[in-house]
Amino acid sequence: MSEDQDDIILSELNDEELVEQMFDDLYDGLKEEIEEGVNILLERGWEPYRILTEALVGGMTVVGADFRDGILFVPEVLLAANAMKGGMAILKPLLAETGAPRMGKMVIGTVKGDIHDIGKNLVAMMMEGAGFEVVDLGINNDVDAYLGALESEQPDILGMSALLTTTMPYMKTVIDTLAERGLRDEYIVLVGGAPLNEEFGKAIGADAYCRDAAVAVETAKSFIARKHNQMSA
Amino acid sequence: MTNALSRLLETRDWLMADGATGTNLFNMGLSSGDAPEMWNEEHPDRIKKLYKFAVDAGSDIFLTNSFGGNAARLKLHGAEKRARELSRISAELGREVADASGRTVVVAGSVGPTGEIFAPMGPLTHAAAVEIFHEQAEGLKEGGADVLWLETISAPEEYKAAAEAFALADMPWCGTMSFDTAGRTMMGVTSAAMVDMVEKLPNPPIAFGANCGVGASDLLRTVLGFAAHGTERPIIAKGNAGIPKYHDGHIHYDGTPELMAEYAVLARDSGATIIGGCCGTMPEHLEAMHKALTERPRGPRPSLEDITAKLGGFSSASDGTGEDAGAGRRTSRRRRG
Repeated sequence: MSEDQDDIILSELNDEELVEQMFDDLYDGLKEEIEEGVNILLERGWEPYRILTEALVGGMTVVGADFRDGILFVPEVLLAANAMKGGMAILKPLLAETGAPRMGKMVIGTVKGDIHDIGKNLVAMMMEGAGFEVVDLGINNDVDAYLGALESEQPDILGMSALLTTTMPYMKTVIDTLAERGLRDEYIVLVGGAPLNEEFGKAIGADAYCRDAAVAVETAKSFIARKHNQMSA
Repeated sequence: MTNALSRLLETRDWLMADGATGTNLFNMGLSSGDAPEMWNEEHPDRIKKLYKFAVDAGSDIFLTNSFGGNAARLKLHGAEKRARELSRISAELGREVADASGRTVVVAGSVGPTGEIFAPMGPLTHAAAVEIFHEQAEGLKEGGADVLWLETISAPEEYKAAAEAFALADMPWCGTMSFDTAGRTMMGVTSAAMVDMVEKLPNPPIAFGANCGVGASDLLRTVLGFAAHGTERPIIAKGNAGIPKYHDGHIHYDGTPELMAEYAVLARDSGATIIGGCCGTMPEHLEAMHKALTERPRGPRPSLEDITAKLGGFSSASDGTGEDAGAGRRTSRRRRG
């Protein structure tokens, strides 16, 4: 576009330069370039899991950090997530074939009575961007919907979102039901939504309140790491 | 201009709008998850009571119970075909209460966001958005709304689509956005960018401003941002009564009537002409705000420090305006042609 910048031919870059370039392209939401970059790395013999973690998740971490810090906003993050998705579409079948390790799995949904889903969708996209497997239950989920999905999907994490002050208390209903059935400790429970805060997350017995999608990803990663540590201890 | 709001603005240098709709309706028994708009038909007495709360507290303007009354939102309750009708009833009930008040009270037809993300990133096209807003606008107009009142908008595309729809309905309007993310809207719009957008519209609003968002302090920083950008258009400030807190199964906002009174006076000093509350703002808050606005003299424009000293801190260090405009974004090493 600007004349003093020469077009870069991705295939002419060495691995290190290419990964750096893919960080920039994710940041700019360039889907085709990301797909091209993924294919080039595959041709060069990179393991799909290495491409996922080093190039894609690495790039999305930068996007997440700038979103958290109020430098990027939702439109830019949506574009980046869309570019990431392009790369993931190529990698997904290959990751399954090669039996790559999993980051973790999350079941996420907006609680009963709440039909807002922009925030929840962002979290789902950013979690996928970080390499998590995400099962999105959509909006307006009652206790049975959450419990059914936990049973059938066996995730590591349950994510609940509420955008209304009036639907926030329902999160406690879900957590209380999990506790009653002795299931509470089976899952990492993360909650989020505009009207929530940390104090509320604690009051209802969630593991953590996540202020935004970037924080949700960081929190999920640290809880999963802790879980793995506990298992190996 | 012959609408009631423009007439009031000619004679008064501040007007008070209303407080919370949702918080009040939940206190009257609305259950979480039900569409409040259904109550226009099922419990008109309660909706009139809600409107009367504002009128009795001295509000010059109240918003109709139609925030989620557009087809995109009602669809989630299987009532997408009733957008026009439910919006019309909300305004008819408002008309009744306003006309019985014995003074000029503006019935503002509330129009909330569709909740959808615009194309190309999301499913909502401009044409579809205009159609959705137009349908609701016609209903509110039929019901006798004096003006239309767009609120809690995040995306500039959505604000513009609503403006276009209101022109089709030939209705005067006001429109506020919600600045809840590091001093900007969720979609990254700064206070300064909103002023620029508003002034470029072919049918600009009578008044524009900010509603909801984070707390009273953030909202006033946004109002100062509007004023600093040199707008002559009346500014609306409708902030939440503090921050929601959880107590024994209920949500309650921690802003006291005294705090909201302080907020109202500071909002006026900051440059707002139309001042009201949003979530958590109950009749007792409105009464305290009205008393303060009536009795206390105007003061100088407050500094950011004055605001934090009286109302508490901001949710973010910067709001993306002034010296911070455009700062921070990483620059790419190249663009491909």
